[in-house]
Amino acid sequence: MKNNKLEVSAIKDGTVIDHIPAGHLFKVINILKLDSIDNTITFGTNFLSKRLGKKAIIKLSNVFFKDNDINRIALVAPSAKLNIIKDYKVVEKKIVEVPDEIQGIVKCVNPKCITNNEKVTTKFTIEDKKKIKLRCVYCEKITDIEQLDTI
Amino acid sequence: MKHKSLVSITDYSKAEYLKVLEVANDFEKNSYQNLLNGKVVAALFFEPSTRTRLSFESAINRLGGKVIGFSDANTSSVTKGETLYDTIKVVSNYAELIVMRHPLEGSARYASEIAKVPIINAGDGANQHPTQTLLDLYSIYKTQGKLDNLNIYMVGDLKYGRTVHSLLMALSVFNANFYFISPDELKMPKEYKMYLDKIGLKFIEKKDIDDTINEADIIYMTRVQKERFSDPIEYERTKNAYVLKSDMMENCRPSMKVLHPLPRVNEIDIEVDSGPYAYYFEQTENGVYIREAIISLIMGLK
Repeated sequence: MKNNKLEVSAIKDGTVIDHIPAGHLFKVINILKLDSIDNTITFGTNFLSKRLGKKAIIKLSNVFFKDNDINRIALVAPSAKLNIIKDYKVVEKKIVEVPDEIQGIVKCVNPKCITNNEKVTTKFTIEDKKKIKLRCVYCEKITDIEQLDTI
Repeated sequence: MKHKSLVSITDYSKAEYLKVLEVANDFEKNSYQNLLNGKVVAALFFEPSTRTRLSFESAINRLGGKVIGFSDANTSSVTKGETLYDTIKVVSNYAELIVMRHPLEGSARYASEIAKVPIINAGDGANQHPTQTLLDLYSIYKTQGKLDNLNIYMVGDLKYGRTVHSLLMALSVFNANFYFISPDELKMPKEYKMYLDKIGLKFIEKKDIDDTINEADIIYMTRVQKERFSDPIEYERTKNAYVLKSDMMENCRPSMKVLHPLPRVNEIDIEVDSGPYAYYFEQTENGVYIREAIISLIMGLK
């Protein structure tokens, strides 16, 4: 309990992304392009979680996401929760929601898809929100979470 | 349907399938109707396909239209590195309808977003070939007198065969009973079986062509291609197991018909051609009427 509090309250202002499935931490980092921002970031993984087994947490100082960015997270971490921190306090909680349609962000798994051969923005409809199955609007093939590769 | 592209078989509803069939039947009675009256249709074949291209060109000519285009990407500006985007942008200034075949999957949907004229997909890689599916439906309707509650046997390569996938989707709205006969390596993909489960349609999977085919209304044959097998020994072992021969069909229903999207290699014994069940050559003739119907409906001429 004490440890948990310490981790969450460690930033003054910013965003804490909690309940990321441990195996998808680096996918989340990649999708949000966290490797190219200058803000202070701390992340930890393999914390015990009743719901996920093992979870990961990312804490970002002075970073506040737009809704569009939250959708990006939803693809690899649909269970993720965002805590918006202001002056060490959680001022807002956001639940990540898997959108009905995704544009850009994800690559189609099919090498023969037009989107992998010409400069086309990828577009997917979400076939299964729980298991995260994306159907390419163009080639109609399914890309699932294990194959998910971001642009 | 008017001014709407036909990219995927699921772009059309059940009512639209039936409308296409009805209009095709009209063209079968009177195939030469000058509805296009000199209008220009582009046929862009980025990969060669003799049968489909000639069928479309025949349909356009019978409708009194003019065809422009190419039959091979090597004779087009693609060899100069032009993108599909640019080609479609330009050609949609030249023609009132674009028929296209392209080796990349999703290319037709993409083209339909770019073009200011409707697109008819004449095959995009292994993805969709909706005019083939509609001509299959028409062939089934003509030979069985109905589309509802039929026993449909699909044989051969059910994994990669786009024709069987699209036909499955189309027939699923007509309450078909499906039988899938294929080697383990080429089974019907899970997503189609899950779809059938979801809508409550029954299907049976088998490894061999046995006397259950006696109950068939339609046997839809496909080619088992060597390159689909990861193990060449497995191919040698199975290649002859999916060959349809006359003696297998001795107890079949008199109304049963054998369909095949063609080209055929050896999967239907030549003996079958002269028997009562062969319908695969008539099937190609139906393709012309179906394409006349689709073109005239999209152009708003029917």
